[in-house]
Amino acid sequence: MHEAAAIPSWVLLAYLVAGVCFIMALRGLSSPESSRRGNRMGIIGMTIAVATTLATHEIATLWEIAIAILIGGGVGLVIARRIQMTAMPQLVAAFHSLVGMAAVLVGAAAYLNPGAFGILGPDGIHQVSRIEMGLGVAIGAITFSGSVIAFLKLNGNMSGKPIILPLRHVINLGTLVAILGLIAYFTQDQAPWIFWTVTALSFAIGFLLIIPIGGADMPVVISMLNSYSGWAAAAMGFTLHNSAMIITGALVGSSGAILSYIMCRAMNRSFVSVIAGGFGGDAVAGGDAVAIDRPYKRGSAEDAAFLMSQSDQVIIVPGYGMAVAQAQHALREMADLLKKAGVKVKYAIHPVAGRMPGHMNVLLAEANVPYDEVFELEDINNEFAQTDVAFVIGANDVTNPAAKTDKSSPIYGMPVLDVEKARTVLFVKRSMGGVGYAGVDNELFYRDNTMMLLADAKKMVEEINKALG
Amino acid sequence: MDFISILSIFVLACFVGYFVVWSVTPALHTPLMSVTNAISSVIVVGALIASAAAGSPYSKWLGLVAVALASVNIFGGFAVTHRMLAMYKKKERQAPQGDKTHA
Repeated sequence: MHEAAAIPSWVLLAYLVAGVCFIMALRGLSSPESSRRGNRMGIIGMTIAVATTLATHEIATLWEIAIAILIGGGVGLVIARRIQMTAMPQLVAAFHSLVGMAAVLVGAAAYLNPGAFGILGPDGIHQVSRIEMGLGVAIGAITFSGSVIAFLKLNGNMSGKPIILPLRHVINLGTLVAILGLIAYFTQDQAPWIFWTVTALSFAIGFLLIIPIGGADMPVVISMLNSYSGWAAAAMGFTLHNSAMIITGALVGSSGAILSYIMCRAMNRSFVSVIAGGFGGDAVAGGDAVAIDRPYKRGSAEDAAFLMSQSDQVIIVPGYGMAVAQAQHALREMADLLKKAGVKVKYAIHPVAGRMPGHMNVLLAEANVPYDEVFELEDINNEFAQTDVAFVIGANDVTNPAAKTDKSSPIYGMPVLDVEKARTVLFVKRSMGGVGYAGVDNELFYRDNTMMLLADAKKMVEEINKALG
Repeated sequence: MDFISILSIFVLACFVGYFVVWSVTPALHTPLMSVTNAISSVIVVGALIASAAAGSPYSKWLGLVAVALASVNIFGGFAVTHRMLAMYKKKERQAPQGDKTHA
């Protein structure tokens, strides 16, 4: 068998250009204006990569490939057009699982037909290639099964509560060690049972890793799986000696890793503790314990409308509850009415509000909220003190002052929005019973300057709009 | 390409990724995830090689399935990113359009 017969240098160059296009695609996202151009660069890069591959291989099966692309592309376009913006987290999880599965399939194809990939030496597949292939398939399989579980949890097909197996740390570590050991042994012996056992164990560990992680830790999980899908592509790029795949894999891998880091920091939790899972597991039990009758002020939509229309500035703090209630459009109408009345309106976003990084920003953008009215935690936090009304809708733990004062609180140390410093806090919440994901009561509810607006988020905002209009 | 040159590309690309991603504005983190999703489907290159090659019918079919899966991701990922990015507007041209879904 021949060693990957000298690849013409224009081909290497084309893959390099594709890789650079992908870097430009991410670079474009540094501001909304350049982002659309960035997305086009990504499409150009992908076109170059695919066209180069097709041009340099004897395609015996062009029709079959065209049909596969048409089917896949058609499905993808229909989904992309139909999907609701609130369902973006599950969509991203589903897309991650596809990348993972594709990596497993490519790895398996390379194992079955190494000659086609130019990785066949005189005594079987090159040893380095076996490690790369084994790692690629393992990461791909973990990405696949982990993303499927994340999808089921985010989509509500599976409870968001952590599922805790006995001895799970022992089982998980044992499985990981077994996978690495088998990949090491794979360099000595390329028997099929080793390859397929690695694949099967990796599918299992992806599943085991994600089931104990609760719904509110999903921003970390989804970023982590994003990272894994990148590393899987990079490992395959190593196997195929393809620079476009390696560059892309490294970009996506570091992107996901940085997002996981940002999410962990915003929750003041270590990556290890998120992965170990189980957080928020006893939220229900905790909810019963804190449901003691403490006095709180309850307001009506009319009260809220009056208070806000008399203000100079209102800061809106959205959270996952806004997404669940689909209240973003009504909320934007409220902001418009307030602006007409001469009130300044801003939005404050906590990094972990919602179920994925940037979730709230997309929903507000969907509702035509201009992005220069939307601020990140550190940019707006000291403005609450000069604000008349903080309007909290569907957020909870990210506003809890206990994170700053109560050392015994499970969320102590987490950066929170200083909403309690506003003259009045309007807190939209379905009922007084429930607690946030951390299973802790929110001191904010019982403060003198807090008025609870107990109703479905969307209905409440619509009533406020009626009272304003 | 030998292993060391490939490794060099990889390590340098990790650094590029690190700096480029930190410069992404947090408001665009969701589009960042969907676009990285789309570009990681460059794995389709491997799938195309597998499905183009003669020799092993299994390998060919695995490749074709992988081409289809990656295509879902490529087309879906770029399209949904485009849809999201089109929604980010500035204050000046505040034309309330009232359209809620593109369904």
